[in-house]
Amino acid sequence: MSKEENTANRPDNTAFTQQRLPAWQPMLSAGIVIPGFVIIGVAFIGIGVALFVTSQNIQVLEKDYTGIETNSSCFKCINPRVKNCNCTINFSLDKLFEGPVFVYYGLSNYFQNYRKYGASKDAAQLTGDLAYFTEPSTSCAPYRKDAKGKPIVPCGSIANSIFNDTFKLFQIVNSRNVAVPLDGKGIAWWTDYNIKYRNPTTNPLKNAFNDTVKPIFWPRPAYELDPTNPSNNGFINQDFLVWMRRSALPNFRKLYRRITEGEYAKGLPAGDYALVIGYNYPVKAFDGRKKVVFSNVSWMGGKNQFLGIAYLVIGSLCVVMSIVMLIVYAKFKFPDEE
Amino acid sequence: MLCRRLNRWLGGDESRVDSRTIYVGHRPSTTEAFIPPKFCDNRIVSSKYTVWNFLPKNLFEQFRRIANFYFLIIFLVQVIVDTPTSPVTSGLPLFFVITVTAIKQGYEDWLRHKADNEVNKYPVTVLENGRRMGTESEKIKVGDVVEVNEDETFPCDLILLQSTRDDDTCFVTTASLDGESNHKTHYTVPDTEKDLDSLSATIECEQPQPDLYKFVGRMHIYKTDREPEIRSLGPENLLLKGATLKNTQRICGVAVYTGMETKMALNYQGKSQKRSAVEKSINAFLLVYLCILVSKALVCTTLKYVWQSKPGQDEPWYNQKTQREKETNLYLKMFTDFLSFMVLFNFIIPVSMYVTVEMQKFLGSFFITWDRDFYDPEIQEGALVNTSDLNEELGQVEYVFTDKTGTLTQNNMEFIECCIDGFQYKYRDAVSELDGFSATDGPVSKLQEKAGKEREELFLRALCLCHTVQVKEPTGRGQDHTDSMAGCPPPHEQTGFIASSPDEVALVKGAMRYGFTFLGMESKKMKIMNRSNAIETYDLLHVLNFDPVRRRMSVIVRSKSGDALLFCKGADSSIFPRVRQEEVEKIRVHVERNATEGYRTLCVAYKKLSPEEYARADADLQAARLALQDREEKLIAVYNQVEAGMTLIGATAVEDRLQEEAAETMEALQGAGIKVWVLTGDKMETAKSTCYACRLFQRGTELLELTVRTLEDGVRKREERLHDLLLEYHKKAVQDVPPTKPGGNRGWSKPSQDFGFIIDGASLSMVFNSSESSSSHYKNLFLQICQNCTTVLCCRMAPLQKAQIVKMVKCSKGSPITLSIGDGANDVSMILEAHVGIGIKGKEGRQAVRNSDYAIPKLKHLKKLLLGHGHLYYVRIAHLVQYFFYKNLCFILPQFLYQFFCGYSQQPLYDAAYLTMYNICFTSMPILAYSLLEQHICVEVLLDNATLYRRVLALQPQWPGNCYPPLYSFEDDYNSQHTKMHV
Repeated sequence: MSKEENTANRPDNTAFTQQRLPAWQPMLSAGIVIPGFVIIGVAFIGIGVALFVTSQNIQVLEKDYTGIETNSSCFKCINPRVKNCNCTINFSLDKLFEGPVFVYYGLSNYFQNYRKYGASKDAAQLTGDLAYFTEPSTSCAPYRKDAKGKPIVPCGSIANSIFNDTFKLFQIVNSRNVAVPLDGKGIAWWTDYNIKYRNPTTNPLKNAFNDTVKPIFWPRPAYELDPTNPSNNGFINQDFLVWMRRSALPNFRKLYRRITEGEYAKGLPAGDYALVIGYNYPVKAFDGRKKVVFSNVSWMGGKNQFLGIAYLVIGSLCVVMSIVMLIVYAKFKFPDEE
Repeated sequence: MLCRRLNRWLGGDESRVDSRTIYVGHRPSTTEAFIPPKFCDNRIVSSKYTVWNFLPKNLFEQFRRIANFYFLIIFLVQVIVDTPTSPVTSGLPLFFVITVTAIKQGYEDWLRHKADNEVNKYPVTVLENGRRMGTESEKIKVGDVVEVNEDETFPCDLILLQSTRDDDTCFVTTASLDGESNHKTHYTVPDTEKDLDSLSATIECEQPQPDLYKFVGRMHIYKTDREPEIRSLGPENLLLKGATLKNTQRICGVAVYTGMETKMALNYQGKSQKRSAVEKSINAFLLVYLCILVSKALVCTTLKYVWQSKPGQDEPWYNQKTQREKETNLYLKMFTDFLSFMVLFNFIIPVSMYVTVEMQKFLGSFFITWDRDFYDPEIQEGALVNTSDLNEELGQVEYVFTDKTGTLTQNNMEFIECCIDGFQYKYRDAVSELDGFSATDGPVSKLQEKAGKEREELFLRALCLCHTVQVKEPTGRGQDHTDSMAGCPPPHEQTGFIASSPDEVALVKGAMRYGFTFLGMESKKMKIMNRSNAIETYDLLHVLNFDPVRRRMSVIVRSKSGDALLFCKGADSSIFPRVRQEEVEKIRVHVERNATEGYRTLCVAYKKLSPEEYARADADLQAARLALQDREEKLIAVYNQVEAGMTLIGATAVEDRLQEEAAETMEALQGAGIKVWVLTGDKMETAKSTCYACRLFQRGTELLELTVRTLEDGVRKREERLHDLLLEYHKKAVQDVPPTKPGGNRGWSKPSQDFGFIIDGASLSMVFNSSESSSSHYKNLFLQICQNCTTVLCCRMAPLQKAQIVKMVKCSKGSPITLSIGDGANDVSMILEAHVGIGIKGKEGRQAVRNSDYAIPKLKHLKKLLLGHGHLYYVRIAHLVQYFFYKNLCFILPQFLYQFFCGYSQQPLYDAAYLTMYNICFTSMPILAYSLLEQHICVEVLLDNATLYRRVLALQPQWPGNCYPPLYSFEDDYNSQHTKMHV
């Protein structure tokens, strides 16, 4: 290449343009694959054991209170015509239920993930835009306006069907009920509480709801959801937010409260407890179940045995495969491999 | 003339449909009322769109693609029906796809517009009422008198009216039309007036038709005081657009066919967009996926209504239906549910795959442009990619159709050696002794004693005299004299010789190197200068023309001493029977050895005619020439009679220089299981020797010849003979070959005996055009024979015939992928016809390059283009496409399963933004990078092992979609032997 001046059109000699980028292609020989499988298998088994043990250590207590069975204390409340029904479920713990304890309510065969149901809300309204208070989005149908044509706020099926059972937990100490304080703060998603849902800036909040009606199934309007704490009202009510965050599966549980205060911050000590339920939410019509769940969490979240088992299975398979390959390799050493 | 003869073979019946009348110079003849006829203008249009029709036409073309149409339908469904995802989720990707494609196609069309303009705006000179007017090529109208200078191409088809040469001829090379680079002589219309301004004439000629060698017309010349004269016009008067004027200063001609009606344009085929075969297999995939999609939607719809029939599930209190929903007809609801499921699962068909595939192809083609191996320092250009759609097609080629002239060969004849009386004389380039001879081998080392001086000189005189070469005039002849005195050859090389065949020039030049220089002809006297620098003159008495059936030519000259001498040169097979047998053997050895080395050999013989013999021959020749009936037959009979009992003097070997590494390239292609067909417009002998030189024909190859020569063996009619030959060859090449496995003709197993098949244009047209019933039968036989031959040589092909052959193979069973490679305008039709068209950036203009899909500077680059780039791109795109379907199947499966958990309510599992972006960006970039950079085997190894290419091909039939299956066993084979190392 003596004439360098005449090479204006000559393509660049770079590794990229000449397709000579450094490359590596592993040779999958027995010497690499068999130890590789062993290492992967051992690592997976290790992870699996850790996950499984952790999951096993999580304590979960589930109490179905639907009241289907006649001997259940909530049987009396199952008829939807019975109003303001209370029932009590007693249980006892024989050892400390380690804190912090999370209290969930669970629903079964409840399709919060139904598409039409999920679409039935007005996101703009829920950000506090007053224009949508008077004219809610058509997606809210059939809970957009009431029979008289007044707009429903908050509109739509999801808001309308908010879960309204209440729970009170008492420890029975010397046949005396000691209330276990339930903490309802910060149980909703941060984004829901701070971004997606906003109250109108109107002061007092009640005025924003003039000329609107409360959702049909609601006992009280949105601005009176929490009578004890005025800042927990309107669209940023924690229970409301938890409900509005739809569940992905038809059998689900949602966070109700946490037990973080006072002497129960360390957990529920062994002893007898009474759970007083304000039974309002009808589920029998669609063959649903209601339950309350007490659980604590670990670094990997709630109780989940599947993940640990999956790791264990894959890990053991890898090890088994490596043994099989070793046998095959030992028996039929490939002739061309010196 | 050759042209006329060819006409007869190619043309079939000469039915004149309609004629057009042209007024030369737009001057009305006085006798008739002048109605200016309408003809199309001289614009060449190869672009597809204009500014105005781009949008509708392009959109229409794009929505003809089934995937695009499918997405349009989905989009419309989303707009009309209440569906789980918003129309944006499929509208946006669709818009993206359409826009990107439109921009790309618009850009490509813009390039075509630019190229068209280059041709259409080319400056030309038109004579208008005696004034010379400069104008643009596209403005030429039929009837304009156009002036063309030396070395310019004719801007349209012209009838030659006037030439600056005194003998009313002009020389033309049609290299870019039919690949023949020799000079052809065209004649002015006889007895036209020299003053074109006062010429008043009309031309009546046939309507435009694509046959290059056929033209029929009449010229009426009106003179004020006389009856109009009528002159007949033939192809020798017609100068074709695309041909180049040579050795003539200037000519004037009247335009008869312009623009898209020129013979060159008619030989173009309509440009249809080439679709890659992978795209076809993508469509097959799409169909499978569409079935999956529909069945998923059906399952979900059915289950939905089964589930809802359970009490309490259809309408729980928390999820009441709206009034409208309650009122809707059940079946309508089912249908909308079905559509909703379709929309929900439609992402199983990857929208963005087309974009990614196009991007991969577009970006991938840059690697071809960037490849330094394709850079040719001579023309200072690298490869050019015109259509990026076909990268992967390069990896699947089964048939290569190559042009000969300019593609396999450099079309540059060179005298290599000669043999006189059985002694070999090889000319060494650099070392030239005074007499020009140098010894190489042979039993006798002393050169002068090899063959007597007399024989040598006789041989060289024969070379100098027996030809139809003309000396190019402008060169100073005196200069040559002095140079030749000094005995140094190079200046002679610059002497311009013009001949109808380039090897004649090579022979004359060869003789010149040995000291005998042909100085030209002056009034029937040939002057040559011999080794002692004395000038000898010979009277040229007769020229017994060359024709492809006789395969020899002779001249009869009278020397100073008054002897009549006949010199004859021709192919060995036609000379040997006509000479005394005892001389043949010692020369035959040389001839055969030269022929297998790929040289073009000619034998030279002479005969001294006694005065009586000459007198008789002269009389016979005159009589035959004047015969009105069967003139040609009579002439041939006389020729045969005269050219008998000659003495063989020697043989020559001329090399048509092959392109660099032509043989290696062809060998590699054959090693890769690709069948190579040579399609050329050139003569059979020439083409055959090239095939030998390129090692396409080997020593052991049995040649099956189906040419005019084999067809014309006397008694029987050609059609019968054709039938017999076809059957015979079929028996040889197809039936007698041990049966191979199905798919054996894909290049897996080599037949034990190599066959080469040779066919010429005339026989081919007989195969194609014979009577209705037998035609398809013949075609079938022909195809089968061809497929069982390692190499097929088709010579004397018209451009359209080349395309015909390509089409025949393309449409044959298994629809193999074809590739055409050529460099001239005569190859354009086959380049357009084949799946992949490759243009060589040769010397014969840019026509082929412009119409090709890929253009490379040299033939040798084809090897890397196919075995390297093609192989890699095929594997890459196969992985890309399959990965796309895989990932979308994975993507949509959870969504499908989720329906079982959400009451079959079409609830999407993913957010709309995620659905949209998943294909467009989240998952398309990594695979794009992979599909651009992956090299499962590095290029050097691919080039060294041509068989690897065959392995990819062989995998094809296992997979219905024609796409390369994911199990690539050959790679493992390969890996077990070599270690792949990259720098």
